[in-house]
This record gives sequence, structure tokens and C-alpha cells, in this order.
Amino acid sequence: MKALYALFSDPDAAQRAVNGLKSAGASLGIRERQIVVVTGEPFDGYDFSDEHSQTSIFLLASMGGIVGTILGYLLTRFTQLSYPLNTGGMPIVTSWTNGIIIYEMTMLGAIVWTVITLLVTARLPHFGPSLSDPAIWHGKILVGVADPPAHARPDLEKQLRLAGASEIKSTP
Amino acid sequence: MPKTAEQIRRDLLRPLFHSGGRYWLAVGITGSMVLAGVFAFSYQVYHGLGVWGLNWPVFWAFDITNFVFWIGISHAGTLISAILRLANAGWRRPVTRCAEAITVFALSIGAIIPICHLGRPWLFYWLIPYPTERHIWPNFRSPLLWDFFAILTYLTGSTLFLYLPVIPDAAAARDLAYGWRKKLYSLLSLGWQGNPKQWHRLESAMHIMAIAIIPVAVSVHTIVSWDFAMTPVPMWHSTIFGPYFVTGAIFSGVAALILAMAFLRKFLHLEAYLEPIHFDHLGKLLLTMSLLWFYFTFAERLTTWYGNDVSEMNVFWSGIRQNFAPLFWTMIACNLIVPFPLLAIKKFRTITGTVIASTTIVAGMWIERFLIIVPALEHKFLPYAWGHYRPTWVEITLMVAGFGLMGLLYLLFSKLVPMISMWELEAGVRKTPVVRRRAAAFEPSSASANSGISEPEPFATDVSR
Repeated sequence: MKALYALFSDPDAAQRAVNGLKSAGASLGIRERQIVVVTGEPFDGYDFSDEHSQTSIFLLASMGGIVGTILGYLLTRFTQLSYPLNTGGMPIVTSWTNGIIIYEMTMLGAIVWTVITLLVTARLPHFGPSLSDPAIWHGKILVGVADPPAHARPDLEKQLRLAGASEIKSTP
Repeated sequence: MPKTAEQIRRDLLRPLFHSGGRYWLAVGITGSMVLAGVFAFSYQVYHGLGVWGLNWPVFWAFDITNFVFWIGISHAGTLISAILRLANAGWRRPVTRCAEAITVFALSIGAIIPICHLGRPWLFYWLIPYPTERHIWPNFRSPLLWDFFAILTYLTGSTLFLYLPVIPDAAAARDLAYGWRKKLYSLLSLGWQGNPKQWHRLESAMHIMAIAIIPVAVSVHTIVSWDFAMTPVPMWHSTIFGPYFVTGAIFSGVAALILAMAFLRKFLHLEAYLEPIHFDHLGKLLLTMSLLWFYFTFAERLTTWYGNDVSEMNVFWSGIRQNFAPLFWTMIACNLIVPFPLLAIKKFRTITGTVIASTTIVAGMWIERFLIIVPALEHKFLPYAWGHYRPTWVEITLMVAGFGLMGLLYLLFSKLVPMISMWELEAGVRKTPVVRRRAAAFEPSSASANSGISEPEPFATDVSR
């Protein structure tokens, strides 16, 4: 992956860099999705982070729960109808006890669905090349542009320096 | 002294790459305990379940005591971690992973124990509902099958709850490791990059998991209690068992968490992260649970005593005055009399004080599980169904091996994964713009003067809160 990026210690400077890249992007032929921010921790409260906060993960988790409920109901009801054991004078389909299995299956469905949604929406696993720098694990914030057009590089470097970057890096 | 992001990562990743002699000594001791358990279990498989002390009418004893005990210990982690996450308690950050790991390992040990109890443990998969030519299908009306589903859900949820926050830390380790470790952390991190979208999805997922895992944790130990409460045995068939077991589980779980934290603090040199304040907070929680546990113990016994049912009173007196009295009063001493002053008096609520209290509580709660199970089975409704139980060396060895396995798994895990979530710790010490604005609104006059509020060092501050 070809990229041009800078590392920032200050999240406000990183925000300025993102804003600068966005405002200059239209004239330089850079799309917003080419602007990459990579951090070693979440930065809630900054626009570069919060603009990605919209998620349907709660809704999908609920749907997973509903799927679990249905599976639990089918598993218990059809088992009991297929193997009609008389247990302690209880009815063949015992709603009271089946409720326990259905409840556990509901929660399991919600949990598993949450994780599946996380993996899909966060694009994990991803073992291909991706823009990163070991410095992010020491508190730096990486702001850069993936696959920048050659003609735009000087302007992009200028935007990053204006935001406070002291060193500009690039990947081959 | 304030810590920077670099220092935090260096301190917390160090145990992964370097281990002292004490660490390997601990591995040797716990490993020996596990080997002893393997030998005892092999002996049992060869000779049959007759090598246990079980005999009519006591068919549940040490093994089921261990099962209930370990499921209870598992409540320390995920439940407490989930509650603290939802409450956004800042001091939770160094504690959560230690706690979540306890859940996964204790639950795994708990899940193995019923398999040991099977006459032919190699056929354990017959318990699982799947279509085969044998036309065997589990009975969904049995509380033992409810256990299977509850433990399956809790173990799956807890493992994922432990694993998800490990992903970014594994990515950090990946970039520092080499050789087989690099491959391992590459796999564990799933190619994590650290872009804002991934962080938000991870935090949302953790939030939902925290909401979902709390009722599951409560249901697991309630269902374990129903193994007993659904049975018409004196002093078992009680509606109080659900909340009584859940309370006892959290009680023993918090004690186990304190012991694990003290152990990690010493062996992995995490003194700067697991500070006295964490033990103080958990000590207060332990005190609350101790009083709550005593309330339930008293309420259960008062109701029995007042009802004066002959069969129940036989069990009641066997615990309080007769052959189980030494164990009963030891339990009261371990769970209330010793811990109360240590946890209630601020001067004693130190790391040493909470560790002593936790040690007695873990022992006391094991005895409590034993006293729930064995005296009741020894004194069923009619005297012809009375009997005695004594454990054999096989059962005692398997119990010791359970503790050894817990320690060993914990030690090995601490060698592979940072025992404190690095990214959460760093995120917690950095003041977000929202916090800064709020701080300025509350203290307008000092906001500009206080450098920590107006423009803090992004990654350097006090890590303990």
C-alpha cells in the first residue's frame, strides 16, 4: 500500500491535519475514504473519531437474540414432541423449563451476533497490508492519505506540516 | 510518578518476554498439582468411580462441591468487569482483564468436573443434543441440561468478553515481537489496524456484551442452585437458593480476584498499576458481599428452624451441633468473623488485610458448598436413608489439582497476554475534550490556570484512577 503520513503527539493537531486534508482533498482529487487515521487507543470526543460512531450493532445484536429465541423454542418444543418422555407428571411440552433453555439461547444469539457484527463492520480479520507505524503504540496518532496521486504529494505534505507535523513519512 | 504511554507498554509487555525464577517456580508447583490430578483421574478411570468415597445415600460430594465452587469463582470476573464497565468506573481499568481471565479459567475447570463424575467420562458427548443413530436425546426438563446450556452461554460470552479487548493489545505485541510470538500475536490481533471505525465498533461491542453478560452470569449460578432446589431433599427444596448461590458466587469471586491481583502484582511486578486503592475498593465490595452472604445464611437457617420440620431439622442440627459443626463454625469464622474487622476498619483494609480476608473467604466458601451438599444427602427424609461420607485420596487430589490447574492456566495466560489492558489504561488516563469542557464548566476560574485541565500531557498522568 502506498501512503503518505505524519505522526502527531497531540490529538488536536491530528484533528487539524484531518480537517486540512479534507478541505484540500476536493481540489487535489483525494476522496475522504483515502484519509487514514490510526491510533493506539480510542480517541472519543474528537471529530476524526466520532464521525465513525454511527453503528447498527445494537439492532443487529437484538436480531441475534431473536434468532436465538426462535432456535431455542424449536429445539425444545420439537425435541419434546419427537421424544415424548413423561417426567414427573409434567406436560410433554414444558413451557416453564423450556423457558430456561430459550433464555440462554437468546443471550447466546445476541452475544455471538454482536461479535460477528463487530468482525464484519470492523473488517476483521484482515491480514493484508495496511497503513500503520509502531509509533502509534507509543502514543502517536497517525494521519495520512492512502494511495495519494503523485501530483498531490507536495500539497498534502504542506497540509500535514501546517497542522504541526515535524516529519512526513511515506510507504513505498 | 506519572506514566507515559511508552512506559505503560514497556511495563505491561515485559512479563510476556521476560520471566523471573519465581514465575517458573510457581509454574512448577502448579504443574505438579495438575500432574497429581492427572494421575488420580487415570487411577479413577482404570478402577472406576468406586475409588471415590461416594456410597448410598451420598452420591454427590467433593466433586459437585468443586463444581459449584468453581462456577462461583467464575462470577468474579466477567460479572464484576461488566458492571464496572457499564458504571464507567475509572479504577476498573487495571482490574478488568485479571477478573475476566478468572472467569474463563474457573468456568472451564467447573465444566470439566461433571465429566469427571461420569461413570464413563469418555462418553461425555452423549450429553450434547445432536442427531445420531443411537436416538439418544437429552431431557430438557433436567436441571443438569439447563447447566449445560447456561455454562455454554456463559463460557462463550466470557471468552469473547475476555478476547475482544485483547485484540488491540495483541496488535501492539505483534509489532514488537519476533519469531513464533509474532505469528501468534498476528493471529490473535486478527490484523487489527487501530482506525477510529474499529475502535468504535470494539467499544460498542464491549458495551453490548457487558449488558448481555450480567443477566447470563446471574442465570448461571441460579441454574446451578436449581440442581439442588429442584430436588425434594431436606434443606435443598428452597426458593432462596437462587439468590443465595448468586451472592455466594460473587462473594467468593471477588475474593479470588483479590488473590489473583495480589499474586500478579508480586510475580509480574505490577506494583505501579495494581495499587492499594484497587484493593481498598474491592475490599469494600467484599465487605458488602460478606454481610449479604451472612444475611442469606441467617435467613435460610432461621426459616428452617422456625418451620421445625423434622427432616429439615435433622440436617440443620447436623450442621450446627453435630458432626458437621466444626466445619460450619469454621465457615462462619472464615466468611464473617475474620474478614469483617479486616475489611471494615480502614487501617486494616490494606493489600495484606484484603489478601488475608480473601484467603479465608475462599476456604470458607468451599466449605459452604460442601455443607450445602453433603449433610442434606446424609440425612434424607427417613432414617433408613441416612449414611456417612468420607472423601478418599482420589477426590482430595482432584480438588487440589483444580486449584493447581487454575494457577497454571493463569500463569500461562499471563505469559501470552498483558494482564492489564494497555489501551484501556491509556484511554483512561487521557482527558477527552468532553471531560476538559466539563471540568472547565465546573471550575471556570481554575480551568485556565490548571494545566492538567486546559491542555494536559496527552499520555502522562496518574494511572491509578
